Amino acid sequence: MKEMAFILMSMVLVDNLVLSKFLGICPFLGVSKKMDSALGMSYAVITVMVLATAATWPIYTYFLKPYGIEFLQTIVFILVIASLVQLMEMGLKKYVPSLHGGLGVYLPLITTNCAVLGIAILNLDNEYSFLQSLVNALGGGLGFLVALVLFSGVRRQLEGSNVPLAFRGIPATLIAASILALSFMGFAGVVDGIFM
Amino acid sequence: MIKEILHSNPRMEIVFNGIIKENPVLTLLLGLCPALAVTTSAVNGLGMGLSAMFVLICSNVVVSSLKTIIPDRVRIPSYIVVIASFVTILGLLLKAYLPELDKALGLYIPLIVVNCIILGRAEMFASKRSVGDSALDGLGMGLGFTMALLLIGAIRELLGGGTLFGVELTSQWIEPMSIFMLAPGGFFVLGCLVALINVLTRGRGVKVVEIGCDSCKGCDSQGKCGESK
Repeated sequence: MKEMAFILMSMVLVDNLVLSKFLGICPFLGVSKKMDSALGMSYAVITVMVLATAATWPIYTYFLKPYGIEFLQTIVFILVIASLVQLMEMGLKKYVPSLHGGLGVYLPLITTNCAVLGIAILNLDNEYSFLQSLVNALGGGLGFLVALVLFSGVRRQLEGSNVPLAFRGIPATLIAASILALSFMGFAGVVDGIFM
Repeated sequence: MIKEILHSNPRMEIVFNGIIKENPVLTLLLGLCPALAVTTSAVNGLGMGLSAMFVLICSNVVVSSLKTIIPDRVRIPSYIVVIASFVTILGLLLKAYLPELDKALGLYIPLIVVNCIILGRAEMFASKRSVGDSALDGLGMGLGFTMALLLIGAIRELLGGGTLFGVELTSQWIEPMSIFMLAPGGFFVLGCLVALINVLTRGRGVKVVEIGCDSCKGCDSQGKCGESK
């Protein structure tokens, strides 16, 4: 249990996908303008991440590895994630249209979100068990949510402020992201401190 | 003068388009994940850029030559399979011949699959143009990507470690600021570079970089993410 909490906390705070591993930068810059779109995207990412891990871990462990075809990992994973996202979108549209309205628009964007494929590969690189992988995926998604929500607040402030002409738009956003990443570096060691 | 040379030959224009006018990283802001993650040194940036260029040229050629065979409805998954195959080939080649680079780039090699530049070029360019043009486009875009990554990597290595390509340069006079090697430095250097591009291009009327992922042109979710117009 302690170990699970350790993985979860370090994924959210220390090894934050966006701010320390640079995964999912496109949605981080793209949909963090408004708080509600940031939340919607993050929920979609968390769901897809956990489901993708639940699908790719068994495929790797029980299919690719026993037959010695680990090198097909990349192709198989990206196809699994793409079909998963497609299925999810169709399922939501048919059975939970209200949720599809909120979540559905973000789903197609997620197929090419490197954070999802990244987590699936990270789980295997770290040789996590199935349960650990799920927790890792959940933590990664929550970290994404934290980064996006915090950053959407920063951007709202940024829009009203008087930025030098050359830095208007993306450059100022990137500098703000740099400062946010800097503050997240302060969490290094915090998680170790709690659990050791 | 330079413009005349560029416009005299359409092939030349395709190549240079990707390097300067539509530099994927610095003006289109595509493929930022690898551009920020692996550019802790100039060598890594160069390695990542060349790796992506290899995949880009190969996938552009294959997509372009298969454009009449691939049914329109399943084209995106087909492109992804083509790209993923070349990424797998690349991964195996790097493991065999450049194990050090493979270790340094690590996770970001398989993630070339989801690099929006490659899928974007397949969809926007290679699926419509001839094989030769597509290869040139891959070359131009790949060179633009490589140069941007090399530039970011060189700046970060120089400021963060005082070295360039591993050669000691400024570390005697300026204390290396290791923050530039870490995550915040990546965002900071890219932000400053894009601001510089803003300054340089504004006078000439080249489009100013706008907010957003800016990949709307080739994006599947055009009009859905709230950013596209």
